[in-house]
Amino acid sequence: MMRNIQLTEQGRLKHFLTIEGLDKNLLTEILDTAESFAGMSEHQVKKVPLLRGKTIINLFFESSTRTRTTFELAATRLSADVLNMNIATSATSKGESLLDTIRNLEAMHVDMFVVRHALSGAAHFIAQHTAPHISVINAGDGQHSHPTQAMLDMFTIRQLKKDFSKLKVAIVGDILHSRVARSQILALNTLGVAEVRVIAPKTLLPAQVKTMGVIDLHDLTEGLTDIDVIIMLRLQKERMNSAFLPSESEYFRCFGLTEAKLKQAKSDVIVMHPGPINRGVEIDSNVADGPHSVILQQVSNGIAVRMAIMSMTMKKQGAAE
Amino acid sequence: MTKILIQNGRIIDPANKIDAIGPLYIQEGKIRDILVNVANFQADQVIDAAEQIVCPGFIDLSIRLREPGYSHKGSILSETRAAASAGVTSLCLPPDTKPVIDTPTVLEFIKDKAEKAAYPQIHCIGALTQRLAGTELSAMFALKQAGCIAVSNASEPLMNLLILRRAMEYAGSHNLLLMYRANEASLSSNGCAHEGAMASRYGLPGIPEAAESIALAQCLELAELTGCRVHFCQISCKQSAIKIQQAKKYGLNITADVAIHQLHLTEDDITPFDSAYHVLPPFRSEIDRKYLQDGFANGTFDAISSDHQPHDLDAKLGAFPETESGIAAVETLLPLTLELTRKTIMSLPKAIASLTHKPATILGLNAGTLTPGFPADICIFNPETIWTVNPENWRSAGRNSPYWGKNLQGRVTCTIQAGKIIYQLNEKS
Repeated sequence: MMRNIQLTEQGRLKHFLTIEGLDKNLLTEILDTAESFAGMSEHQVKKVPLLRGKTIINLFFESSTRTRTTFELAATRLSADVLNMNIATSATSKGESLLDTIRNLEAMHVDMFVVRHALSGAAHFIAQHTAPHISVINAGDGQHSHPTQAMLDMFTIRQLKKDFSKLKVAIVGDILHSRVARSQILALNTLGVAEVRVIAPKTLLPAQVKTMGVIDLHDLTEGLTDIDVIIMLRLQKERMNSAFLPSESEYFRCFGLTEAKLKQAKSDVIVMHPGPINRGVEIDSNVADGPHSVILQQVSNGIAVRMAIMSMTMKKQGAAE
Repeated sequence: MTKILIQNGRIIDPANKIDAIGPLYIQEGKIRDILVNVANFQADQVIDAAEQIVCPGFIDLSIRLREPGYSHKGSILSETRAAASAGVTSLCLPPDTKPVIDTPTVLEFIKDKAEKAAYPQIHCIGALTQRLAGTELSAMFALKQAGCIAVSNASEPLMNLLILRRAMEYAGSHNLLLMYRANEASLSSNGCAHEGAMASRYGLPGIPEAAESIALAQCLELAELTGCRVHFCQISCKQSAIKIQQAKKYGLNITADVAIHQLHLTEDDITPFDSAYHVLPPFRSEIDRKYLQDGFANGTFDAISSDHQPHDLDAKLGAFPETESGIAAVETLLPLTLELTRKTIMSLPKAIASLTHKPATILGLNAGTLTPGFPADICIFNPETIWTVNPENWRSAGRNSPYWGKNLQGRVTCTIQAGKIIYQLNEKS
C-alpha cells in the first residue's frame, strides 16, 4: 500500500499524488467541490480569491499543452500567482538535478508544485523531499499515475450517469503505458462501479492486470457488450516501432472504435478520451465527433476539478496557519 | 604471531559436523586444536565466548568494494571494515570495477590496497571478456596466474551465445570457475522491478522471471556442451530453481547461491517508490521466495551471499526507475541468516555451512572449516543481541539498505582472519 504521505494527520489532502489510499468520501468531496466551481466559467467574473497570495509553479519535465493550460487556468481562477517552468530533461538526467531544481524553487517561497515527469514515482519523490508547507500535485508521472485526469473523468461520468454503482466501464487501448488508465481503474473501483473492463492486445496490458480489479479482454466487439462508458486511450506512435503492434491499420481494425462496434454498447453509452486523439488510429472521426462523444466536456471539466483539488490541498495549509 | 584461546563458546563447524561447547586454540595463524585441552598453551590473548557461537569466518561470494573507480560509493578500506565487522573473512570481488579486472595490473592495485587495509583475503573475480564488453575473451590465464579465483562477466551481457560458448571452453581449459549472473538483457530491458502485481500497479517497467531462467537454461546447455564448471550467482526465481535442481540431478557440475535479501523480501514488501528496495534481480513474488527458501532444504542452492553493493546518497535519490540498483548488505548478512533459522527455514549448522564451508567448496578455497591445521578464519557472534541499523552501528560507506532504522537480532563480536583479530565489537557502542 502507498503510505499516505498525501494526507494530513486529520485525513485531509496535503498532496495529490495518486488515487490509491483515498477513500470514497474524499473522492466524492473532490467531485462535489468541483461541482461548485463548474458553473463559474459562465460568470462574468471568473475568479475567486481562495488562493490569493499563493505561488504555484507548474513544473513540467515532460511537455504538455492541455494539462498545463488547464492547471494554469485553474490556478488563475483561484487568484494564485502561477509560474510555468518547462524543464527539458533527458532519460539520463540525474536524480540529484531533480532534487536541486526543487530545492532552488523552494527557496522562492513557493506554496505548490504541479509536477509532470517522465518517470513513475517522480511526484512521490518530490513530495517526500519538499519543505513541509509545500503541496505537490501530480500532473502525470511516467506510467504510474495521473490522478487529476482520472478525477475529471469521474466528474464527467457523474454529470452524465449520476450513479456509479450500476455502471460498466470499458477502458480500451494501451493500458500498459498509461498512467491515466491506472488512475481511472483505482478511481472507478473506489467509487464502486459494477465492472471495469480493460480491452487491449496482451502486448499493451500490464503482466498482472487482473490483480488491479479489472476484467481483461482482447476483443473489442465482445468487450463493449452492455457497456455504459467507454474510455479510449491514446496510442503513442512509438509503440509501432518496438514490436508492441504490427501496424496502425491492424490496430484500428482490432481496437479502433467505430460506429459499428459502438452498437454493441448500451444505447446511451458515453465515449471518453483523455486526448489528444489519433483519429483513425484508436477512434473513428464519426465517433469522436458523434453524439455519444463527451470528449470536449472532459476538457472543460478539467478546470473545475483542478480548482477543487488545488483549493483542497491548500485548505489544510490555511487551517494550520 | 599471537596465540589466541577462545573458550566457553559453542563451536559450530558444519564441515566436520561439530556442534559443542569447548575451547579453540589458534597458533601461527592456524587452528591448533578444538574441543580438547591443549596442555601448556601459553595464550597471548584469551577470548571468553560464553553464550556465543564460534564458527568459521564467512566467505562472501559477492561484495562490491567500489574501488578502483567508484570511490564516492565506498573504498577497499571502508568496505573491508564493514565485511570484517560482519564476520566475513574472505570475499569475492566481481570484476566490474573501473578499470575492469581484466589485467594483472588491476589485481596488483587491489592487492596493494588490501594489504594497506589489513584485509588480505580479497579474492578477485576476473573479467570473462575484455572490458566486460562481451565481445573478446579476456586473458584468463594471465588473470589466473595473477590470482583470480574465477571469471565472470558481472552484470554485463555477452554479445551472443557463441561468445559465451568460447569463453566457457577457454575458462574450462584453464580449470577456471565461471560465475554467471543469468540475465537475458533483451527481456529485462530497462526494467527496474519484478514484472508482477506491484510493477503493474505502480507503472514500473518490469523484468519477467524468464529474463533470468532463459539465460540460465542456455548456460546450462553450454555447461553440458563445454564441460565448464559454472556457479550461478544470486538466483531470484522459481523457474531458475527448478532448472538448477534438474541439472544437478542430471549430474551437471554446477552450484548456485541466493542473495540473503531475496530469502526475506518480496515485491509485496516494497514501500512504493522507495529506492532502497531497487535491486537486481528484483524482489519477486511470494512463490519465488518459497522456492528459494526450499532450495536450501532440497540441495538446489549451495550458498548464501550478501551481494553487497554500497551506493552514495545521490545514486538513490530520484524517481525509482532512475536510481541505481543494489543494496549495501554485508552488515545485515548474519542477522538475516539467523532469522531464517529462527523461522525454521533452515537449521543453524546448515545456515552456517551456507556462509562458510559451502562457498569455500565452490571456490576451492582452503577455508570455511575449523579443522586443525586450517587457517584461523573465525567468526564469533552473539545470536541474541538486538541492534539497530543506524550510523553508530554501521561501517559501510553505503547506507542503502531496506533495513535502515530497523532492529535486527544477532551480532558479530569478534572476527579473526588468519589468526589475526580484524574486528572486535566495542561493547560501549
